[in-house]
Amino acid sequence: MWTLFHKFGSPPWLYRLSGSILRWLLPITLLALIGGAIWGLLFTAPDFRQGNSYRIIYIHVPAAVVALAGYYVMAIAGAVSLIWRMKMADIAMRACAPIGAALTFVALVTGSIWGKPTWGTWWVWDARITSMLILLFLYLGVVALYEAYENKALAAKACAILSLVGTVNIPIIYKSVDWWYSLHQPASIKFTGGSTIDPSMLYPLLFMITAFYCLFTCALLLNMRVEILQREQRTAWVKALANKGAAG
Amino acid sequence: MHPVRKQRLWLVLFLVVFSSSAIGLMAYALRGNINLFYPPVEVAAGLAPVGQNIRVGGMVVEGSVQRSDSSLEVRFEVTDYEAVVPVVYTGILPDLFDEGQGAVAAGKLDENGVLQASEVLAKHDENYMPPEVAEALEASKSRMAEQSGEQGYGQ
Repeated sequence: MWTLFHKFGSPPWLYRLSGSILRWLLPITLLALIGGAIWGLLFTAPDFRQGNSYRIIYIHVPAAVVALAGYYVMAIAGAVSLIWRMKMADIAMRACAPIGAALTFVALVTGSIWGKPTWGTWWVWDARITSMLILLFLYLGVVALYEAYENKALAAKACAILSLVGTVNIPIIYKSVDWWYSLHQPASIKFTGGSTIDPSMLYPLLFMITAFYCLFTCALLLNMRVEILQREQRTAWVKALANKGAAG
Repeated sequence: MHPVRKQRLWLVLFLVVFSSSAIGLMAYALRGNINLFYPPVEVAAGLAPVGQNIRVGGMVVEGSVQRSDSSLEVRFEVTDYEAVVPVVYTGILPDLFDEGQGAVAAGKLDENGVLQASEVLAKHDENYMPPEVAEALEASKSRMAEQSGEQGYGQ
């Protein structure tokens, strides 16, 4: 297990592995996103109260779920970077931040668009929405903090601490609708007990959540590959790769 | 594991636990401010300030919505099944506002305990289903109500 762990610290090995993963994961993700969107938008019944406007759930919920999960990926990468001083963990942490920020932004915007016809307002400062806005600032904060340092090792240390402190926000977001009186409704998908969303709507939603996880993985690997090449541009293996690319 | 790394691991764990409990305690201390609205039972107990902007949320009581013939004024009551707060509002209600559904009204409580609302929001619940399923559910519910009525458990 430790040899595998050490292999992840090797840039050329990670670059090649991510290349072979992306080769099949990228087309699968694209097909799943398109298929899931068609399934959710065209082949499910409208909701008994909201009509067709509920269909934004197929973007809103997956984006929000993966934005929360992505934060844990970033924080764990930050912890690995702090403990083992692994450059690849720094890169993974830095690569998570813009993707997470984008997903959080999508969740906030789609929620706002849904809120207008459903609640009657674009925005309300309730616990769920405010804590989600804090998540967006945490992601953007990691990006800004990382770019503020000349020294990349120092930048990674600062970002790792920020992302670890920020983990407290994730359970707060998740439980905010149960702990406090909020306008946002409680979760419809439940891990224990029956979900309060009809199975005909639940399956395309779960499918879209899986597709968004794949999308996150693809974006993470692509971001990391760019960063690896940039950092390693003076090494022999990157030069050999560039020469091969130029010749081919 | 290398002792230095082990020490860093403890440091990371301490950082997460310490900051989480600090923020957790802060959120607990501020819980009254984090709540978006007062439930009617707190309004009835006098916990909501009179004459200040507050929000009251709950279920709209069935049969309580009265619309004025000459203006956009609407009167209704919200309840949490323990207490009831009457609300007066002038304006257009959200499409999903309905009797027996959740709503949040923002405004000022007057001396009579009536909320003079300046904004009414519909609160959607976590139930999602196609119309046919909703109809089937409604039908089975009324069938069950009939049966329990026959057995003498009804109202």
